[in-house]
Amino acid sequence: MKLITLLAAGLAGTAGAASAQTEIHWWHAMSGHLGEVVEEIAARYNDSQDEYTLIPTYKGGYEDTMTAGIAAFRAGEQPNLIQIFDAGAATIINAPGATIPVADLMAEHGDGFDPTDYIEGVRYFYADSDGKMIGMPFNSSTPLLYYNKDALAEAGFDAPPSTWEEFEEMAPAIKEAGYEALAQSHSPWIFAENFHSRHNIQMATENNGYDSTDVEILYNNPDLKMHWTKVKEWLDNGWYGFYGREWGDNQDAFVQKKAAMWLGSSGSFGGLQASADFEFGAAYLPYWTSITEEPYGTFIGGAALFTLSGKSDEENAGVADFLDFLTSPDMQYYWHKETGYVPITSAAYELAKSDGYYETTPDAEIGILQLTQPGGEWTKGYRLGYYVQIREVMYKEFDNIFSGQSSVDEAFEAIESESNDLLERFNATYQ
Amino acid sequence: MKRVQFEHSPIPYLFVAPQIIIILVFFIWPAAQAVYQSFLLEDAWGLSSQFVWFKNYVDTIGSSSWLQAAGFTIIFSTLVTFLSLSIALLLAVKANEVIHGASTYKTLLMWAYAIAPPVAGLMGNLMFSPLIGDLYKFMNFIGFDFDHKLDPFDAGFVVVLISVWKQVSVNFIFFLSGLQGIPKSVNEAAVMDCRSPTRRFWTITFPLLAPTTFFLMVINITYAFFETFGIIDTTTRGAPGGATNTLVFKVFQDGFRGADIGGSSAQSVVLMLMVLALTVIQFRFIERKIHY
Repeated sequence: MKLITLLAAGLAGTAGAASAQTEIHWWHAMSGHLGEVVEEIAARYNDSQDEYTLIPTYKGGYEDTMTAGIAAFRAGEQPNLIQIFDAGAATIINAPGATIPVADLMAEHGDGFDPTDYIEGVRYFYADSDGKMIGMPFNSSTPLLYYNKDALAEAGFDAPPSTWEEFEEMAPAIKEAGYEALAQSHSPWIFAENFHSRHNIQMATENNGYDSTDVEILYNNPDLKMHWTKVKEWLDNGWYGFYGREWGDNQDAFVQKKAAMWLGSSGSFGGLQASADFEFGAAYLPYWTSITEEPYGTFIGGAALFTLSGKSDEENAGVADFLDFLTSPDMQYYWHKETGYVPITSAAYELAKSDGYYETTPDAEIGILQLTQPGGEWTKGYRLGYYVQIREVMYKEFDNIFSGQSSVDEAFEAIESESNDLLERFNATYQ
Repeated sequence: MKRVQFEHSPIPYLFVAPQIIIILVFFIWPAAQAVYQSFLLEDAWGLSSQFVWFKNYVDTIGSSSWLQAAGFTIIFSTLVTFLSLSIALLLAVKANEVIHGASTYKTLLMWAYAIAPPVAGLMGNLMFSPLIGDLYKFMNFIGFDFDHKLDPFDAGFVVVLISVWKQVSVNFIFFLSGLQGIPKSVNEAAVMDCRSPTRRFWTITFPLLAPTTFFLMVINITYAFFETFGIIDTTTRGAPGGATNTLVFKVFQDGFRGADIGGSSAQSVVLMLMVLALTVIQFRFIERKIHY
């Protein structure tokens, strides 16, 4: 509490500057190259019109940005627009009155809002149970398999595995060639959440949590446990490299040619191009043919932009104007090309195609193709409260599986019971 | 009996006012807020809240992850306090005896004093990186099957090592000045009765250092409880399997990452009470044995 109050006091000083144009404050979590692209988008927007001034501010990682936004909101000094990540979506969407749904905002101030303009994979994730869009998808990514072409060639393969069964057949030869076959960043995201989407398996009761906060998690299921039993085997066989829970440490293992393949985000594409000194390719996230004959599309990851309430109509109109600009095909194409995040509208995707972008860089299309693979009942997304903590529980128990401290059964029982305790708390808080 | 009455002047109150205000604003008020929040279930945005008595305490403190963090915090704090005090004392005694190049030794030993815990953590993290870390490679080279990303003991070793390393030089400075404050004549007189330097140390020097040791013990326990947050956050972040999660890091994770304000407040109130109890115990039972 002490820090929240201090933080809010500090923010009060920065948010009040006045100018002739209406200022729109946008807090985001994009650092490095991504942050530069955000600055560039803001600069282009400010040049494109003279009614509003958009001021983007970097607030740290996803969690830091959300915490800063919460502290500011409690102090009445909130920004107009804030970037909130997938795991935090329930925290803002379930607090009625914290945010103005983007569908309402655009209907009131913009040219209206048509969800069918957006590609299928991103249409529902930040929507409510009726399909009304609450947050505007911004940086949307999806898990992909990256592979070192030289390493696979050394092991005698010219293509990456498309299923986990194929992976198991290839792994011994890759190990023989002197590589760990696979490393991965963010196991809860790829080996839990997207595992369910990829195989069209229900993740939580109440329509994956969209219909109610009174929900129970269904992670303790035989398919996911089978997968983790296999992952533990891969680790013990030396096919799977584990470099801790940090995203970058596992990506580094791939960049430094310790691991021949790496599961990361479609948004990692630009970063890999800059850091890897070998030829690599991107491929779809593998699936188990023992669970499903044909794979289903994955969830989007990343974050969305939420309009915080309590601002003047004039400023809200500015936010709507900016979101219009941001979702224009030109800007989406620019964002897609610079970062590797997927374009969120069909029009932007068509523009990228007609511009010949995927002919020169076919790997850049893999993410969006995967998102538009056939959807099933359980591929829309999930809405679970205190999901940040639930991911912590998963990280913890996955460690225990790897170290052998817990069996797969024990670990998933712990995940189930601790997650349900957290969901029960969330439900009691946000009723 | 006639009581003497003095004229009351407001000036003394004026002089202590800044200090009182600082304590009120930066300690009492936030602490009261935390106590208040710990009885509420409130959504993160502060839009709805309900009074729930001790639900937050029961929910969070009864959870297995809190108990695990509490267990580790106790072991960790004991180890960090004991090791950083004893190593610093040994170094200070030895440096105090050095005649040639004494200031070089002393300067080198104080070197790490100004390093902030997160910086120490970052350096440690690099040295123990499985990909590029020299210490990681060294540990495996000398025959340990060292993997702090998976082994709870190895991870504990890493955070204790970094925490102790960072704190030794702080303790060293205090011990050294404490040693220099002991009159030479006392030790010279003791030489007459006792020839063993070890025995002289434990019977003469150590008791005379007691006020310094006591002060450092209080400081070090607080350090191990709270300030090592920066080290945990930049190295293990509680992994593997929550084995190196400390109570203060869990408060941060639940409150500042997970937006569970009630639960995190309840945890911080418990933490506050624990440290308060510890300090009371120290002053009541240990300080009595100390002669200033």
